[in-house]
Order: sequence, then C-alpha cells, then structure tokens
Amino acid sequence: MGRSTNHTKLAIASFPTSTDESVLGVFFLSFSKPESTEQREKKMLFFSYFKELVGKEVTVELKNDLAIRGTLLSVDQYLNIKLENTRVVDQDKYPHMLSVRNCFIRGSVVRYVLLPPDAVDIDILHDATRREARGN
Amino acid sequence: MSWAGPDELFLSTSLASFLDKKLIVLLRDGRKLLGTLCSFDQFANVVLQNACERVIVGELYCDVPLGLYVIRGENVLLIGELDRERDELPAHMTCVSETEIRKAEKAERDLKDLKGSMRKRMEFLDFD
Repeated sequence: MGRSTNHTKLAIASFPTSTDESVLGVFFLSFSKPESTEQREKKMLFFSYFKELVGKEVTVELKNDLAIRGTLLSVDQYLNIKLENTRVVDQDKYPHMLSVRNCFIRGSVVRYVLLPPDAVDIDILHDATRREARGN
Repeated sequence: MSWAGPDELFLSTSLASFLDKKLIVLLRDGRKLLGTLCSFDQFANVVLQNACERVIVGELYCDVPLGLYVIRGENVLLIGELDRERDELPAHMTCVSETEIRKAEKAERDLKDLKGSMRKRMEFLDFD
C-alpha cells in the first residue's frame, strides 16, 4: 500500500450474562501510533456507530469495574458518553451512586459498552469496518 | 468545541447541562467529590464550588469540606447529577466525624495490607 498503517482493531463478541440474556459486546483491542487530523476524521466509525445507538439501553463498564446501565443520551468524538435513567449494576457496592440518574462518563475510562443484540446489525458493521480498514 | 444552542443542550455531550447543579465526581484514585459545577472545558477539567469529599468506609461516611476545587480532566471517571428528590445514601449508613472516618479508613487499609502480606506468604509456601 505504501501508506502508514493505522489500524483500529476491534472485536465483536457475544457472551452470556448472569441474567441469561446474551449481550453483544463491542470493545477496542489496540490503537497504533498517534494520528494527524485527516487520519482522525477517517476513524469516526465508532462515533458514527454510537450515534445510531442513541436512545437504546446500554450498560457501560468502566475500568474501575463499575457497571452502569442507562439510556444512551449522547456521544461525542472522544466517545464520552452521557447516560440517563441510570442504575448501577451492583448498587450495594456503590452506595454513593444511589441518587445519580444522569451522568457523563469520560471516554478514556470506558472498558466495555454492552449493547442489546437486536440493536446490532453485524453485516453493516463488518462492511463499515472493511471500508475503514481499506482506507475508503 | 462549538457552543450548543438551548435545544441541543440535552442531546449534546457537553457538560453545560450540569452547570450550577450539585454533582458527584468520581476520580480515578477512588475518591468521590461532591460540589456545584462552576465551569468545564473540552478535556473535562472541572471547577467545583463548595466541594466536599465523601469518604465511605463500610456503613460509615463523612463529608469533608474542601472549598473551591479545580479537577484535571484526566482524573475524572464519571460526573453524575445528584437527584435532589432521592436519598443520596442508603438509610442504614451513619454519618461520623472526620477523625472517626480517618481512623476507620486507616483500619481498613491496614486490614487490606495484612491480607495482602498473608496471601504473599501463602503463595511463597505454595500450598495447594
């Protein structure tokens, strides 16, 4: 190709949860070197993807193991997330979160965003990813 | 970061909708800071007025007043809006003084260290 390869590796996996529903998880595996503005604009795949999911019920698991379930209100280019109607998954462990119903989550601290399986169209995702990997 | 109009405030991911609200900010080191949002920026740097740190140890808690705080965005995990109509903490928790909670914190830390060192000793002995 002769161009620098800046690949965003992503993985889509389905795994069972304790509530017997299987959820689809989409998570980052790795990024390569820092990019220029043009390259960053080409990598808006997850931003565009999350914009489609606004209004859906998601569970965000943070790097400190806190998991929050809520309706996706908005997302931005840094993948900061705003949730409303939030409930913490393990409420007893996090008593300070009892009255929090709306929150802003910094993108850098997200480990997983757990999605409802019916909100995901795998084929469209695959196509978008292939296009992005090819560099459009 | 372009400024959102009044209609867009609810849909955009800016912290503008949290201005002048009472918030809880979770930090990467496990601290929970409460306060009123004065200002923010694109890095999620945040200025909190009347900030206090809510220290929770088991069933005990204490709010330690801190005053005006500027928090660097990279340390922020989450910013949550505290709903005034709900209890901030479960009813079974008791409020204690700062000295009490610091003692409880130290006790918990010592216990954790003790468990850690005991586990290391067991691993060294390699019991199956």
